[in-house]
Order: sequence, then structure tokens, then C-alpha cells
Amino acid sequence: MSDISNIPPLQLSGLEPLTIFPGSNFINVGERTNVTGSRMFLRLIKEDKFDEALAVARDQVEGGAQVLDVNMDEGMIDGKEAMVKFLNLLAAEPDISRIPIMIDSSKWEIIEAGLQCVQGKSVVNSISLKEGEAQFIDHARKIKRYGAATVVMAFDEDGQADSYERRIEICKRSYDVLVDKVGFPPQDIIFDPNIFPVATGMEEHNNNALDFFRATKWIKENLPGAKVSGGVSNVSFSFRGNDPVREAMHSAFLYHAIQHGMDMGIVNPTMLEVYDEIPKELLVKVEDVLLNRNENATEALLEFAQTFVGTTKERVEDLAWRDAPVEERLSHALVKGLTDYIEVDVEEARLKAEKPLHVIEGPLMAGMNIVGDLFGAGKMFLPQVVKSARVMKKAVAYLLPYMSPPDPPKGGDSESERPGYMTADPVYYEKIKEYVKKHRSNPTAAEDALWQSLRDKQLGGHKFRRQHIIGKYIADFVCLQEKLVIEIDGLIHQLPDVHDNDIARERWLKEQGFEVIRFTNEEVLGDIDEVRYKIQRKIKATDSSPSGRSGGAGKVLLATVKGDVHDIGKNIVGVVLACNNYEVIDLGVMVPAEKILREAKAQNVDVIGLSGLITPSLDEMVHLAKEMEHDGFDIPLLIGGATTSRVHTAVKIEEKYKRGQAVHVLDASRAVTVVESLLGSRKEAFVANIKEEYANMREMHARKRADKEVVTLAEARANKFQIEWKAEDLAKPNKLGITEFKDFPLSELIEYIDWTPFFQTWELAGRYPKILEDEVVGEAATKVFADAQTMLKKIVSEKWLTASGVVGIWPANANGDDLELYTDESRKAVLSTVHSLRQQSKKASNVANLALSDFVAPKETGLQDYMGGFAVTAGLGIETKLEEFAKDHDDYSSIMLKALADRLAEAFAEKLHSIVRKETWGYEPNETLSNEELIREKYRGIRPAPGYPACPDHTEKPELFRLLSANSITGMSLTESLAMMPAASVSGFYFAHPQSKYFGLGKIEKDQVEDYAVRKGMEVREIEKWLSSNLNYD
Amino acid sequence: MSATTNGSAENSIGKTPPSGGQGGYSPPFGGRGGLLEQAIKERILVLDGAMGTMIQGHTLTEEDFRGEYFKDAKKPLKGNNDLLSITRPDIIKDIHRQYYEAGADIAETNTFSGTTIAQADYGLEAAVYDINYQSAKIAREVADEFTSKEPNKPRFVAGSIGPTNRTASLSPDVNDPGFRGVTFDELRIAYREQAQALIDGGVDILLVETVFDTLNAKAALFAIDELFEELGYRLPIMVSGTITDASGRTLSGQTAEAFLISVSHIPLLSVGFNCALGASQLRPHLQVLAKNSRFAVSAHPNAGLPNEFGEYDETPKMMATQIEEFLKENLVNVIGGCCGTTPPHIKAIADVAAKYKPRQISDFRHQISEAL
Repeated sequence: MSDISNIPPLQLSGLEPLTIFPGSNFINVGERTNVTGSRMFLRLIKEDKFDEALAVARDQVEGGAQVLDVNMDEGMIDGKEAMVKFLNLLAAEPDISRIPIMIDSSKWEIIEAGLQCVQGKSVVNSISLKEGEAQFIDHARKIKRYGAATVVMAFDEDGQADSYERRIEICKRSYDVLVDKVGFPPQDIIFDPNIFPVATGMEEHNNNALDFFRATKWIKENLPGAKVSGGVSNVSFSFRGNDPVREAMHSAFLYHAIQHGMDMGIVNPTMLEVYDEIPKELLVKVEDVLLNRNENATEALLEFAQTFVGTTKERVEDLAWRDAPVEERLSHALVKGLTDYIEVDVEEARLKAEKPLHVIEGPLMAGMNIVGDLFGAGKMFLPQVVKSARVMKKAVAYLLPYMSPPDPPKGGDSESERPGYMTADPVYYEKIKEYVKKHRSNPTAAEDALWQSLRDKQLGGHKFRRQHIIGKYIADFVCLQEKLVIEIDGLIHQLPDVHDNDIARERWLKEQGFEVIRFTNEEVLGDIDEVRYKIQRKIKATDSSPSGRSGGAGKVLLATVKGDVHDIGKNIVGVVLACNNYEVIDLGVMVPAEKILREAKAQNVDVIGLSGLITPSLDEMVHLAKEMEHDGFDIPLLIGGATTSRVHTAVKIEEKYKRGQAVHVLDASRAVTVVESLLGSRKEAFVANIKEEYANMREMHARKRADKEVVTLAEARANKFQIEWKAEDLAKPNKLGITEFKDFPLSELIEYIDWTPFFQTWELAGRYPKILEDEVVGEAATKVFADAQTMLKKIVSEKWLTASGVVGIWPANANGDDLELYTDESRKAVLSTVHSLRQQSKKASNVANLALSDFVAPKETGLQDYMGGFAVTAGLGIETKLEEFAKDHDDYSSIMLKALADRLAEAFAEKLHSIVRKETWGYEPNETLSNEELIREKYRGIRPAPGYPACPDHTEKPELFRLLSANSITGMSLTESLAMMPAASVSGFYFAHPQSKYFGLGKIEKDQVEDYAVRKGMEVREIEKWLSSNLNYD
Repeated sequence: MSATTNGSAENSIGKTPPSGGQGGYSPPFGGRGGLLEQAIKERILVLDGAMGTMIQGHTLTEEDFRGEYFKDAKKPLKGNNDLLSITRPDIIKDIHRQYYEAGADIAETNTFSGTTIAQADYGLEAAVYDINYQSAKIAREVADEFTSKEPNKPRFVAGSIGPTNRTASLSPDVNDPGFRGVTFDELRIAYREQAQALIDGGVDILLVETVFDTLNAKAALFAIDELFEELGYRLPIMVSGTITDASGRTLSGQTAEAFLISVSHIPLLSVGFNCALGASQLRPHLQVLAKNSRFAVSAHPNAGLPNEFGEYDETPKMMATQIEEFLKENLVNVIGGCCGTTPPHIKAIADVAAKYKPRQISDFRHQISEAL
């Protein structure tokens, strides 16, 4: 263990960093910029069309490549010259060169020439022992000195490794030479253990894939720090021309290779089927071949390859409402959340309206106002509102092309949820955005001067934005409400590829209903009051209708903080705010503080909202509050998410951010009220109220702490939970060590779902199943429950999600507050140590100060006890569907799917625990409990999770994951704040003693923190950081 | 921590030839390397301030720059500050002295432009060895003078290795983005010559500074590493990049973290930032380094941003107040000044630095990431 944990992660860089942790997802190496792999690229290089060659590279980066492989090995071109030229050109393209380069050649002189062109830390592909050890060492030394990582081929003086044994022999030898003789950092070694074709018809090739898998596993287990990579498309070589089979093969191969520990690889994303979407029968036949499961596998696959076909879907519904006038139909669709006819109806409305914009401002906003009113009155509920938002988004997306010039250039990927979507052409938006951001931070003197006098509604209460994107143009300043554009000095900040002139631009803006007013630099710098006067006069003259527009109420930036991946609640808040006329800029999950602040400045937002679910996120929020204070922000800061609380906000956050107001928001339905109060005329009173409330809370908190009687750690230990240890209470497990539960049938999980939290997610209060008949929310609950059932069926039948889990059970004894796990029954060698924390509040007599270690027989009893651990996820593959929903502007389905994945993960944990009790550990072979009883925890034994009340310390997770090989078996990983990915995951420990029980640790004292720090070999301040919510001191 | 970095801090000067055997090649420290590694763990070390600003304080003529040594040079030499180490060593020594008196632990040699590439503009490629050797020698003399007075506070000399005036990963011609004004090998050879002369002249540290193009720095590191292998001993290396615009990137476009990763293949004493931005704008970038670097972290910012006359306005007190912010956050191990700073600035910085503990060099967050 110490070996592995002392090795840093592999870090690469282009203009931006790429860090590859053992728990990271598969790293995709772009392969199209390779003359040996792409005929098209070869032709471009041969014909000296480097501009088009760069476009190939850009496509790769935009398509998700995280490393770019560049290869110029072709007899007909000067490889060295082409490599240097291409890399130099790449360096001038920041959107491409942000990712690291893989310099790919079989010729050392080309590699070295390439290494001299890249400023980042790149990867050499490849070196090997082919030409002997001396040359291998010489090249490796140079690579180290150039500051690159390297791929090492499983190749030696005797040739390429073609069996499992040869692969591991050569890799081991290469590793030893690199680490011991060259001093090469082990984490910078990436093995390519040779992917060879299968199903070639030759028997000796039947194990080619399997040998690769096994060698990969061996490398990951025996060569600490080393990574594994490979070129995947080789495996399907014998199926050239049959893309569906090749795609399935690549996907299945990758699936298994990743399970065995493959870290990165050269994969063509367009030649890759989604594993879960491979037709079942094809998958079985492909896997038969890959895993060499039967001797006729090749024939069977060849035969089957010709035959399979896709499937189609169907639907039915009631259409009476279709007879009403179009305005009513739109309202109806919005209130009912119906999307089926929205495009038809919007088109009809558009033809009737003078301008496309009027459709939004007219019937659509009218419909949304009804929704807002109903929601505000408690007559509509969250799930319905989210559905309404989906309809609105679709309608706006439909209208957008009519609100900007026709025939935008191809290649633009107009996804949903572009911030600023109301005025920006989505195709241009992404391209212009970067430019705008840059420009906002570097205004000219005149621009800055004018901005200082327009910002914050200084001019007659009108809200101005600067560097705002309208269609494909950028306005220096714009007041959206008054539809007034202000330009300084006639400067037109267009991208070089947009060649329209001033006139076309102004004409277009006028067509969209904008007025344009121009000033010169001299006017602005010379007499700003005159300029202000002219603007004001212009506004009076235009005096447009007061009707609000989406985004008119203010800009809200939302983000799930760094290290955290949970975003259901945040997404709901975003939808609700958007429904109420706020422009929402959602930065997504795992967003670093710098980025939040940068975007907040660049986009000039009115409010920042932070979300987080796990405890380390609290710390990140405090950090952000401090940074806001430091950077001079004064806008409100909203805090939300499962671990956040009013107390925490009052005690830890509010005082760090004195310039602005931090407010805790309990749930999404309050978000609108809070934001309205903070931005509106009632702000002062509202803030004063909050301040008073928080001050009271701080006082109460301090008093409570003072009142709380605590005991010393020694006293707490003396009052530990006393179990009368008897051998018969300690069941010997049927199976020790790791048990894998890969691709667990989802259908078996459904009966284990605890539905009550599902309704909480949708902010519907009540216990399942009674909630379905609830007077107030019953109808909404029934509807959302029915939608959930429909989706659940699809999740299972179409395999939207994959559930995988792993269980481990080990011999164990308590040693003080620690739990020692042993490698085997001899209990001589300690495999690992689990650290537990003990309650320190003063207890009534006969009530113990509990720690989890109390539930396992102490070493000194000499009894043979055991404990276990588990990790499960039901979120594998979720991205595919989420992307689909995002494209479809369908937040409702997106939130629904995430909520269901969470439920399935919890159900999986429940199911697995039951399997463990009945079979794996087997201490309750005859248990028969209903789901209701399971939910009420009637079973014997417990499964506390790190990060939750009984063991709030998240830092126990990495070791648990390591013990379970959780990453390689389940595909789960941990973020830097130790949140689990995918988000729908659960992990924890198993304790089996009949008297073990759940508890909350509560507050602990410094003496225990210091003791715990020593036991864990961590620094006290670090422990304090991770356990900040549990400290009974500052 | 990786087994391949931070070789032991033994204080042996013996010239051990590269073994080629166990553990690869990592020669021991020569000179005062061990002493320095010890000091940097115990306290925040103070680097000196601007050389150029101090030289500007003297009214110097073309004759001062030419002296006897360069009297036959063909081009005008005024403004080629590095030459003063040879022609007016009295001035340069006095500047070093003022900085040491102000509390600096480390003075930088007057060799920012001491490469054949930078001196080509003056046609003085041939003088590069002497410029560096003499600059190192006079700084060494002043340092030793102070160390013998205050043996408990040894003074060090850092050989300043500037970025040259060419970029290896950017084209000087907007119409030909694939063109390069200098190659890696040209840079490597030039840097090697400078480093050799600085070492011969007696520096304790090599400071690769004001890195605006990481590829230039990598060429310097390549040259230095080769040189150490041949010498059989190594000196501590400091690398200091410069962030040139508000977007938080180097001129060649890298983020702070990407920059760090790109220079971490050679064991460094420290990595940091200098120049371009003032202290307050530097802070978020130092946070990134402080969090991710397994080396010490350094900062020597300008005295604010230049005003419209190209002068720096920040007073010693203003600058020290800003610097105190990152001392409070334990972001740095080495602190000093760049353009516009003077001995009073360094004094103010040294006074405030004395109140704080240095950043701890191994950080738990990092270990957790590694354990994953």
C-alpha cells in the first residue's frame, strides 16, 4: 500500500493541466491526426494543407479528446519536418493546444524533434527494448530531461509480446530498467501491452484480447504507478467494412479493458457504440469472442453480424385541447408541460406575430406567468414547473433561428441551456463568448469610463450590460429592456470570420427592434454627462413596452462547488429561477472558486448561488465567501444543498463575507422569493432581517456549545459500549475477500427502492405510499410517481444505467478505537486499518459513548471477528441519456433520471446488504424481511457510510476504495473532496454483531482530533478541515 | 512524495561521476545547497529587489557602460545593464550590499540578459562568459562579506537566467504562425554557456526567471541538467514564471497549474512567479502553486503595475501590506521584489516576512490525491 500511495498521479499539460488519478475516468486519446491511421489526414499533409489538418485536430478536441496523438510516419513525407511544422502550428491554436500532445513515431529523431516544440508535458509514443537496453536507457533519459511521460511498447530484442507471459515479462523488465537505472518517475510510464485482432480464424489469436486484459490487470497490480494504454481499433481488424460489429467490439473491449485497469487509449469516438446499447444478442456473441468463451465464437459472430436490426417506439393521447386558439394552446402546453405540439403552435404564433420576439414576450410569457402564479400559490408543484420550463425552452429554441440571420456556418453545435440564449445566436454564442469575456476584462479607457457610469442601474434605473452578444454581433453596451444598443467609436468587435459591415449590422439590429446610438472615444472621455443625457433622451424616445423578458429580472450564477458532483437540487433551482424571468448561468459541477469568481465578474451577475452535498463542500463555500470579500464583490451569495444549513451559513459563512449578504436557501421553492427580495426594493428590510436572524443563531450556537457538557476522550473511552463477547455471536463468513457484483440486474433492485426520499427531491412532503393520497400534494405526487414508473421501465428494458458493486469481508479485530483488518485468518499481517471516532457528549448513566470499533471483538479477547465494506453505483452510463435530454431541452427528464439513479443506488446498497447477510457473510441465512422493514432497519448488523453521521470522516474512503478495488471493479472514483462518481453511488462498512447499531457521532473535542490525527498519520489542521462540522471548538 | 525528486540534501561537494547504476542519475548538491535547503524549511527567505530600477538611480553615460573592456565595441551599449558588472562593479556591488543590508537572504546576479541570444543585439556574444563570471564573482564577494559578519544568517547568490528576447513556442510573425525566431537547441546552447559561467563565478543557486514561454524554460532546464550531469554535482534551481495578463496565463498561454506541471520534471528548489502583475493580482496564481507544488513556492512581484510614465508607484508599505496577505495564507517560502522595488521595499517585505511561518512543503490534500 505504501508503495502506491507514495506515487503522485500522472500529470500532463498543454495550456491547461491534465491530472490522471488512479480513480480517474478513461482518458481518450484523439487519433485522427495520425497519418498511419487516417487516409484523409495523410492526404492533407501530403498536399501541404495544414489549415485543414488543424481543423482535424480541432474536431478531435471538440469531440472530447483529452490528449492529441500526432503521427507523421509515412514514407512519402519528411516526417520530421511535418511533425515540427504541425506542432508549431498547433501551438498557435489555443483551443487545440490546451490539451497535451502525444508525440507518436517509431523514429527517435522525429520524437526528439517533436519534444523540442512543445511547452507542456507531453507523452512520447513510444519506446521499447526492441533495439536493446542501452538505446532504451538513452532515450528514456532524454525523455525525462525533456519533461515528458512515455508509452512503452511490450517489445524486446526477441520481438513483440504476443502472449500473457511475454507481455508481463517485458513490461516488468522495462519498468525495472526505467525506475532503477534511469530514475524515471513510475507514474510517467504508460505501457502498451499490444492489442491484437481477434476472430481472425486462426486459433492462436483467440486469446489475444483476453491476454491483453490479464496483462493489464497484472501491470496495474505489480508495477506501482504504471498506466496502461493501447490502440483499440486493432482488435476488430478482421471485421473491416462491418462498422456495427466493429463499434460493438470496440465498446465491449474497452468495457472489459477498463475493468481490468486500462487507463487511456486511442479510440475513435465515432467508431464506438455505447456499451449498454449494444443489442443483447450481439453483445453476447462479441464477448464470447473477446473472452474466448467458446470455440465456435468466431463463426457465430460472423453469422450473426449480418442479421440484427433496430427497434421503434409508439405513443397515444387525448387531443381535445387542440381546438382552442393558438394563444390558449400555448398556455395550455406550458401549464400542462406538454411538448408534443409546441413547435407547430409556436410556428403558427410566429406567422401571426409581427416579430418572432413578440411570441416570447406575448403568449409564451403570459403562459409562464400563469405557471409562476400557480406555483407561488402552491397550486402547482415542482415537477410540474420543471416540465413547464422544458416547454418554454423548446419554444424559445424553435424561435431562435428566426431571430438571427439565416444560414449560419456549419459545424456549430447548438446545444441547449446556453446562458444568454435570449439574444445570442446559439451557433455563434460559443465562438463569441470567449472573445467577449476577454474583452470585458480589457476594456478601452472610453468603454471603462462609460461602464462606470452605466453599471448598477445608475442611469435612470435602467439595467445596462456590456459586451453583450446579440445574434452574431457583440454590442458594446445594451439595455435589453429598452432595446437600446450603445457603440463607442464605431468599433465593431466581430470575429475575423464575420465580415458583415456596419450597415448590415445596424440594419439587422434594427430589424430585431434595437435602436443603435454611437459615440466617439473623445465624446465619452471628454464630456460623459452629455453622453449620459443623450442616452437618456434616446430611451425616452424609444420608450418600449414595460413587459418583462426572460433574463430581465437579473442574472444568477449557479455552481456545484469544487470536488462535489451532486446537482439535482441546483438544477431545480436553476429551472425555477428561469421560469421566473431570471437569466441563469449554470457552471455545472466541480467548479473551482476561481472560475466562479471569474465568470461572475465577466458576466456581471447579480447573484451567486453555491450548491454542495458532501461536508468538504462546506469548506469550499467558506473559501469562496472569503474570496468574494477579498475581491471586492458585494452581490448576494446563496448557499444551498444537503449538508448546508442556516446555522453553518450564519456561523461560518456570513461573517466571512461582510460586503455582501450570504443567505441560506432551504429548498428550490424558496429560491425565487429570496432572490426577489435580495434584488428588489425590499432588499434593505430583508437583509436587515437576515442579519438579525443570523446574529441570533450565532449567539444560540455559542451558548449551546457552552451549555453542552462534554467528556474527555479518556472518559469517553472508559464509557465505551460494552458487549459481552461470545464466539457464537461472531459468524464466520462463507466467503472472505472480495466479491464482485458487476452489471447487477436493475430489475431486481426496484422492489428495494425507498420512495420517500424521491418525493423529497421533488419537494413534495409526505411518506410514501400515503403521499399519493395526500390532500394537497397527492395529485402532483401521483403524477410524478407515474412518470417515474414509466422511466424506470425504460431504464431497465433499454439499459440506460448499469449497476455495479463490490463487497469485501475481512478478518478483523478492534484495537482501541481502530479496527485492524488482516490479510488472512492467521491474523498476523495487518491488511489495513479503519479509524473510528467516538462520541464525546456527556451521556446519561447507562448510556455509552459509542464508536464503530465497539462493534468488533477487541484483539485482546482472542476471538475471531470480521468486518466488511462495500461500494455500489447505479449511475454508470447516465451521461448518454443526460446529454440526450439536454439536447432536447428536457430538464424534467434529466432531474427525474438523476433522482431515480440515486434511488437505485440506495436500493442496490439495500439489496447487497441483504445478499451479504443471507449468503456472502451468511449470518442470517433465513431472513425474510419486507421492504418496509428493511427501510426501518430491522435487520441484524449495520452499514454506516463514511461521510455520514456514524463516521463523518470522508478521508476513510480512499482506503476503502483501494481495499475493494472499487475503481477497477465498479468504475467508481473519488473527487478531490472525496465525493463519489458517478453521483448515484453508495459506499460503507459492514458490521454484523447483533448489538451493533446506527448512531450519530455528534461534536468532538480537540483531544480526540489530536489523537485521531496521530492514528491516521495526518496533520491536525487537515483533520480539522475534513471534520469541521463535528468540531466542538473553533 | 516521488522517489525521483528532491534527492537528499547532503552537503557533499565531491565530484561524483554519474553512476548509471541504482536509482538513476541524480548528483549531490555542490556548494551551499544543503545549507539553503535547510534554511528554506525554517523560515521565509527573502530575495532582493530590482536591479534595473537601482541602476537607473545613477546617471550613467555610454562611457560608463563601455569602460576599458568594451571600448572598441561597434554598437552603442548604453542600457545594456549586465555590462556594468565588468565596467562599474562598484555600482553593482553597492546595490547588492544595500539589498543584503535591507534583509535579503538571496541576491540575484546582474545577468538577466547574459545569454548569447540577448547579447546578439549588441554584438557582444563573445563577452557572455565574462559577464556572467564577473557578475557572479562580485555578488559572491558581497555575500561572503555579509556572511562572515553574520554567520547565523548566511547570504546566498542566485545566478539570474533571464528569458532571452526570443520565444520558442510563439511566432514573431502574425502571418506565419508556424515560424519560430529561435530553436530549442539554440536556446539550450546559450543557456548552457550562461549557467556554466555563473557556476564558475561561484553562485549558489540558478534562477530561471521571468519565464514567459515555458519552452524557453524547458530548454534552460535541459541545459542545466546536462551540465550538472557532467559536473557531477548540482546546485539548487529556482524557476519563476510570469503571468502577463488578467486572464491568469503566461504569455505562451499556460495556466499556473499547467506551467507547474511543465517544469516539474527536474528537481527544483522552488517554483514561483515574478514581474508583470503586482502583488495583489499574483495571489490567486500563488494559491494554485501553493496547493499543487511539491517544491517550495516563490514570489517576487513588481511594485504594482506601471503608471502611464512606466514608473511603479507602490510604496514599501503598500507592497508589504499586500504581501502580508499571502504570508497569512502560508502561500510562499521565498519572497522578494521585481521591477520598481528598492531596498526600502525589501526591508518592509523582510520585516513582515519575519513574522510568518513558511508554507509547509508537503500538503495533505496532495497526499490524499496521491492516495486515490
